Amino acid sequence: MYRYDEFDERLVRERVAQFASQVERRVAGALTEEEFRPLRLKNGLYLQLHAYMLRIAVPYGTLHARQLRQLAHIADVYDRGYGHFTTRQNLQFNWPKLKDVPAILGLLADVEMHCIQSSGNCIRNVTADHFSGVAHDELEDPRPVAELLRQWSSLHPEFEWLGRKFKIAVTGAAQDRAVLKSHDVGVRILRDPTTQQVGYQILVGGGLGRTPMVGRILREFLPREKLLSYLEAVLRVYNLEGRRDNKYKARIKILVHEIGIDAIRAKVEAEFAAIDSGRTDVDAQEFARIAAFFAPPAYESLPDVSRKLEQAQASDEELAHFVEHNLFRHKQRGYTALTISLKPVGQAPGDATSHQMRVIADLAEKYSFDEARVSHAQNIVLPHVRLDDVPEIFAVLRAEGLGTPNVGLLTDILACPGLDYCALATARSIPVAQALAEHFADPAKQKEIGDFSIKISGCINACGHHHVGNIGILGLEKKGAESYQITIGGDPGENYALGELLGPGLPAELVPEAVDRVVAVYLARREPGESFIEAYRRLGLAPFKAAFKEIADAVA
Amino acid sequence: MAAVKRPPLPVILVANDLLEGDVVYAVAGGWTRDPRQALVASDEGAAQALEAFGATELRQSRVVDPYLVDVQVGDGGLPLPRHYREVLRMLGPSVRRDLGKQADFNY
Repeated sequence: MYRYDEFDERLVRERVAQFASQVERRVAGALTEEEFRPLRLKNGLYLQLHAYMLRIAVPYGTLHARQLRQLAHIADVYDRGYGHFTTRQNLQFNWPKLKDVPAILGLLADVEMHCIQSSGNCIRNVTADHFSGVAHDELEDPRPVAELLRQWSSLHPEFEWLGRKFKIAVTGAAQDRAVLKSHDVGVRILRDPTTQQVGYQILVGGGLGRTPMVGRILREFLPREKLLSYLEAVLRVYNLEGRRDNKYKARIKILVHEIGIDAIRAKVEAEFAAIDSGRTDVDAQEFARIAAFFAPPAYESLPDVSRKLEQAQASDEELAHFVEHNLFRHKQRGYTALTISLKPVGQAPGDATSHQMRVIADLAEKYSFDEARVSHAQNIVLPHVRLDDVPEIFAVLRAEGLGTPNVGLLTDILACPGLDYCALATARSIPVAQALAEHFADPAKQKEIGDFSIKISGCINACGHHHVGNIGILGLEKKGAESYQITIGGDPGENYALGELLGPGLPAELVPEAVDRVVAVYLARREPGESFIEAYRRLGLAPFKAAFKEIADAVA
Repeated sequence: MAAVKRPPLPVILVANDLLEGDVVYAVAGGWTRDPRQALVASDEGAAQALEAFGATELRQSRVVDPYLVDVQVGDGGLPLPRHYREVLRMLGPSVRRDLGKQADFNY
């Protein structure tokens, strides 16, 4: 994986020193809160409902063991012994003290980490497919591109104070696991059908939040060497033409919506034509230098099937469940990408204790070439695991409360921190996720239901991606109480779709029963082999809405 | 001059401690982390005094974001906010009840 060079190192260290000085001036009263707020936000430091919150960037979700151990150390010394992995592949600490943040940033710099680009109106931390470099359906590892974009966008002088935040995601696979169409810009690595050259498809204008919009294709094929100059053109057009009069209309999606995709494309192409590519784009050699950091590790030559794993599964039903749900097909024969679910029933989705972080670090070091990934689904992936080693890994995970075999199933719920922590939230998310997980805890029931996603946000900003959940839950305030609107039919992948509203908002205690009614319609009417989302597409909204209405009418 | 918009009485003054971020409540001449000790203003004059204290403390960089919260004083003297957001802010997250103030309150 990527290692800092002298420029990265200096940039991060200078930033730590700069922020330490800003904190000092704030504490001394030389900076007002109004002056300090944008400075702290540029360093990932928020003030939430109960305390400060520090958001640490995990570029494209990739972590090595040393970094995970440092995060565990910070959790123990400066927080309350746990952290929260987010839907943008980052990590949040909920309880740091302002006076300690410079020391925390110093510890992060020691392991090549920082909080730059995790907040503020800049190009945010670039996200990528969590199975990058290992997925069987991948054309090319997207992380060299994500890393190039990280270097290009970090403290970019022109794009440091945009009208609003700007999120970029990259994938190199056939299946979109990076939710490209929910991003300001999505980059898909693909092959030009005529020339067979590898380059990029560029999407623009996607986003969730209060005005959800589906990303549109801005450029069908962009030659590889032109990526930075093209994105510079996109950002420049947005920076100049995007609205600044209303923060709710300041994202690029609104610009695309207001002037249309063709007009945006014309402006971007005109700007692109005027850019001096030689000054902006990196040459093939530099790209190869970055890509070399992401070269595949030294895999062994192994058979496709592991007899050892098969035998272990035959005598251990829990292991068999884990293998069925938590392993993902690897490019390399005899290997697998293993997902550690951070969604055990009753826990806050995405939370991990410092002890669990250390356990995962040890496993990554011993079994996965020192590497772990944070997924946008708030789980941790060990990307390079020998099938032979799965029984031993599972034994450790099970003993540590990390062996939940529910990846992709109903209880693998995405949830933002909600009103339990967040100052913007209008309702809680985590207790709703916990209640749903408890309601559907029976593994046999989950298996019967099959692939199913629930995504919960505690406000319209949609950090919990509720618009693209098969079931989406949005927490709002209604008549002085928490109320939950439920949508159906959202899909973050290839068949991207925003969910449709099932009916009026419900109090939290009725949400599990309402979801149960919706699931019952599916179970009763599905065809053989048909997933929930496929059945929904075939059946349409009406039968689900009718079932939901029975619950909604009870509270009306 | 237009009347200043304040929440209905009685009220307490809530803020975050600058250095630690903790939620703090105004008491006579200072702050406490224990909401049971929060100074409750039951008339307009007392509410104005709390507000003025908050403004001064903000200027002197001791607290961040001070504002008045309307409460109901219940049994045991705890001034419980009327809005659920402020109740959560006072009692702590409804998760990880083994930690922090949510463990202390044991609600």
